Amino acid sequence: MTVAVTKLRVEDKLFQNRYLVDPGRPHIKVRPHEHPSANLLALTRICPAKCYELNDKGQVEIAADGCMECGTCRVLCEASGEVMWNYPRGGFGVLFKFG
Amino acid sequence: MSGEKFDAIVIGAGMAGNAAAYTMASRGLKVLQLERGEYPGSKNVQGAIMYANMLEEIIPNFRDDAPLERHLVEQRFWMMDDTSHVGIQYRSDDFNESTPERYTIIRAQFDRWFSRKVREAGATVLCETTATELAKEGGKVIGVRTDRTGDVILADTVVLAEGANGLLGARAGLRQTPTSESVALAVKEIHFLPEDVIDQRFGLHGNEGCVIEAAGTISRGMAGLAFLYTNKESISLGIGCLVSDFAATCESPYELLEAFKNHPSIKHLIADSEVKEYAAHLIPEGGFKAIPPLFGDGWVVVGDAAQLNNAVHREGSNLAMTSGRIAGEAIFEVKSCGGRMTKRNLALYKTMLDDSFVIKDLKKYKDMPALLHTNSRNFFMTYPKLMSEASKNFMRVDGTPKIENEKATTAAFIKARSRWGLVSDAVRLALAWR
Repeated sequence: MTVAVTKLRVEDKLFQNRYLVDPGRPHIKVRPHEHPSANLLALTRICPAKCYELNDKGQVEIAADGCMECGTCRVLCEASGEVMWNYPRGGFGVLFKFG
Repeated sequence: MSGEKFDAIVIGAGMAGNAAAYTMASRGLKVLQLERGEYPGSKNVQGAIMYANMLEEIIPNFRDDAPLERHLVEQRFWMMDDTSHVGIQYRSDDFNESTPERYTIIRAQFDRWFSRKVREAGATVLCETTATELAKEGGKVIGVRTDRTGDVILADTVVLAEGANGLLGARAGLRQTPTSESVALAVKEIHFLPEDVIDQRFGLHGNEGCVIEAAGTISRGMAGLAFLYTNKESISLGIGCLVSDFAATCESPYELLEAFKNHPSIKHLIADSEVKEYAAHLIPEGGFKAIPPLFGDGWVVVGDAAQLNNAVHREGSNLAMTSGRIAGEAIFEVKSCGGRMTKRNLALYKTMLDDSFVIKDLKKYKDMPALLHTNSRNFFMTYPKLMSEASKNFMRVDGTPKIENEKATTAAFIKARSRWGLVSDAVRLALAWR
């Protein structure tokens, strides 16, 4: 028996969600760096919205549009200053219909 | 709103915040509640099971109009390996009582209902407003700043009900940001299915509901738990593991969730469903030892923000509701005695909370988080596999003499953990449970 292997895309999951993006005002920023720390690198795997990605220079970048505001990256990388974290302005960000 | 001063400002319209705001407003205090979401519930994520007794103490007749999904008549605990599960199942018709003790709920709907009650009780609820900073004067909290205006909104007390990832209290130095060992990251999906299909698959009638909670190799050696809760026309399912374990293993939470959904014990239960939302949230897991200072001059902290979650019994929102109610009662008590909201007077909140099930339960399991954290591979990988193997040895009828199967099972346990390891795990678990 052969089973079609489909690559899981988290984008397809996030597509279900409602967001009100605040253009030009990302609520999370990554501090510029040469080499990411282990925790910052881990975010490219463990962020549940896959907001963190490695660029071709080996640095971690963030696109916070799909963020579900869970705070995992804050817990791991705020104290070291690698990630600057705030909540979106009131009314913006993810809007859960069910929660 | 400048110049106006409130008896209390409540940050957040989740379970704890709504309980606190309702308790104070219904006793005549002047309450302002701030919520950063478009509506109360739009930022809130939970499994979700709601315990009736704790809500009844706040709103006795809540069953008249609260949006409730199903009352639970059956609970299953599963220990899973990659292809099987060993389970405990408890189902009782006694749970089909006139006032059931627990229900599944959908938080976005429930929180909107709860917030309506808060407004009817007389509180001012301001949505789409993010509190950005606590304002202090001489070490005393005197109000908050929001993203609406730079002005301070003044209050005698601020109730921090800002959730597990609350920024205000941490930024003001009132408590630490949670550590990666003290919070779990949970991801969750909601799957829609016709009501009668859910009834058939779980053997339910009317408003009866069933929950499955599962641990084992599904968390790939990390300390974690998966769940499946039946709602009226949907199933909520998800999985959560400690953030420190995620960081160490670099496992992806949505891949874990997909693997759980595709497990042969789960797959048929959600077949042909339509997924309508994917959510993520942090859950406080540090227990008693992670509870921060609960009060100070002009402030108290309640619910998830205070790490009030009983991970062993998977009780969070009832501790949140209860701590919110007690904080509200304590503030009312101080106010009605003519007292100021000093640290000394607000200690009443902690005294009352210490006396409730909230702190008593958390104290009982104070050693559990450390035990599960340091032994996660044994408890979430080795033992589930051994249990599955033992069950298979016991069930299979293939001509092997029973005594040989028994010996094989015993040998597998000793090989995996050694005699000393088995005894020591059992003793440590018993001590932490005691």
